[in-house]
Amino acid sequence: MLLHFFLILRNNQLKVSLREYLDLLKALEKEAVMPSINNFYFLCRTVLVKHEQQLDLFDRLFGEVFGQLQQWGEEAFAEIPDEWLQKNSLKQLTEEEKAKLEAFGGLEALMERFRKLMQEQKERHEGGNKWIGTGGTSPFGAWGYNPAGYRIGQNESRHRKAVKVWDKREFKELDDSRELDTRQFKMALRRLRMLTREGQATDFDLEETIRRTARSGGLLDLAYTVPKTNQVKVLLLLDIGGSMDEHIALCEQLFAATRYEFKQLEHFYFHNCLYERVWKQEARHRTAMLSTETLFQSYGRDYKVIVVGDASMSPYEILYKGGSVEHMNPEPGRYWLSRLKEHFRNCIWLNPVPEKEWDFTESIALIQELFPEQMFPLTLSGLEKGVKTLQQHS
Amino acid sequence: MKFEGTDHYIATPDLQIAVNASIILEKPLLIKGEPGTGKTLLAFEIAKALQKPLLTWHIKSTTTAQQGLYEYDAVSRLRDSQLGSDKVHEIVNYIKKGRLWEAFEAEEAPVLLIDEIDKADIEFPNDLLQELDKMEFYCYELQKTVVARQRPIIIITSNNEKELPDAFLRRCFFHYISFPDIDTLKQIVDVHYQGLEERLLERALELFTEVRESRGLKKRPSTSELLDWIRLLLAAKTTAEQLEQVDLQQELPPYAGALIKNEQDLQLLEKQIHYSRRFS
Repeated sequence: MLLHFFLILRNNQLKVSLREYLDLLKALEKEAVMPSINNFYFLCRTVLVKHEQQLDLFDRLFGEVFGQLQQWGEEAFAEIPDEWLQKNSLKQLTEEEKAKLEAFGGLEALMERFRKLMQEQKERHEGGNKWIGTGGTSPFGAWGYNPAGYRIGQNESRHRKAVKVWDKREFKELDDSRELDTRQFKMALRRLRMLTREGQATDFDLEETIRRTARSGGLLDLAYTVPKTNQVKVLLLLDIGGSMDEHIALCEQLFAATRYEFKQLEHFYFHNCLYERVWKQEARHRTAMLSTETLFQSYGRDYKVIVVGDASMSPYEILYKGGSVEHMNPEPGRYWLSRLKEHFRNCIWLNPVPEKEWDFTESIALIQELFPEQMFPLTLSGLEKGVKTLQQHS
Repeated sequence: MKFEGTDHYIATPDLQIAVNASIILEKPLLIKGEPGTGKTLLAFEIAKALQKPLLTWHIKSTTTAQQGLYEYDAVSRLRDSQLGSDKVHEIVNYIKKGRLWEAFEAEEAPVLLIDEIDKADIEFPNDLLQELDKMEFYCYELQKTVVARQRPIIIITSNNEKELPDAFLRRCFFHYISFPDIDTLKQIVDVHYQGLEERLLERALELFTEVRESRGLKKRPSTSELLDWIRLLLAAKTTAEQLEQVDLQQELPPYAGALIKNEQDLQLLEKQIHYSRRFS
């Protein structure tokens, strides 16, 4: 049963390994929790799930596998008269008895017996070990104790909290099924670095100190060195609005990944194609506007430029003046794009549109002409290739 | 040895199970969750409940894994050699023990809190794999292996600023503290402010939930904000009647600053109020 559950998890993109499975077995062996289905659920969750994004998936799979323990039911049980299940006496069980119950056999056997009992039993029953009733050790009924049993007509589980916690699916919001996580992006971006020593000498340089001390005849002479830092400067230009909406999540990840990775990271927004101005804020307020000329002046040639955009637009926006969908542009977009390329030594274009769909959009081909060999899909491998290209001229 | 929360900390059953499972199986427990749901506090409360010493290791962006093990103070040794101090012959005098070493050596297994592990460099968790797994490490200067006497109870918190590597995650148990439901919230407020007027609490929670559910908030107020806010309400002797008159369609709740910590969020709420005033 457990192995079956484990395999189902694996087949459903929940990456559990043998190690987690063994942990779970060990936890059960050591009796880390009181035996109850909810405790078992919480324990599995703690041991098997490693990301909050996977919690929802886990809940669903758990429900699928173990849910049937309780699913059988509502209609069949509805016919049981209420008074059979009225809480009356509680039976205290010894550990030995509990163990016996555990050995009661599988789910099927239980179901079969339940159906038979339903046919045979005609009256209220209490405290026994066979019939449907209360307080006993029969697997069927309420307020009793049988680890393999059904609970019928009880508002809450007496031995722990409410039923079927996993059915609440409270982690739904956290499941964003991301294809890539930021960590991978960051690892790819890591390659984009130029380690240089600049600034205050704060690191103790043991070797140099020894050398100097030896040279001065044993008189201590301390030496410090400047710590290495990544001096790469990155300018991120992000396309927003319109056709980019569906790619926002992916872009946000990239952005989150770049944010902590570089000493200097500046980002600006544009709409569809680069024109005579860019925006500092996503909301594209008039106040946060900056002319593209100023951008070129303020950021030197040594900045590495990453343009992120789907390059999907009307070809007019690139080729003609006045082609922009938003304003009257005195110069066509491609002038600005080529100026960008002239000014900055290293530019790449990352495109969230899958590579195999590029041919279907004319404007992508046009921009590819402007960025020969410099357009990459916004995937992990695309990013890696892009970073390599950015490193070529430094 | 079972953790069931303390007088000041309400632990939900799933959290209790996660903590107890990691204590029994001697695995580090990784805690994530919204800010302000008591991640860091958990370690303090476990230590209190189980009456064990607590060691805290707060991670910063410059923290390295080595600092958690030990540091070798070469400068003071060189200086001592100059001054002719006797200490200089024993290298052990210049080894500064880190938090992990202290935890490994302790008489009684302590609770070790590694706070905000995501703040450190992206490779940081990878550097601790062996140490957390085997609970031992090698000290080159002393040429000896430091082995844990007992495995400490390790609680690790993360705010998700950086993703943690899979190899690291596999060595931990994981628990996500979700935002408490209304009953648990009541219990939490209850243990902090006993004998709070029922009506006041009801209304305060209503207002709080309404603010929390507003669309588009960047930082939704959480348990710690709620507690601060109630403290403010109590300090100002706000009555239940006063609170009941507050209409969130028309005005911000009193002391909104305790609930909303972000300027953008405050503007968002004000804007919503502005619109609803115009249309009513």
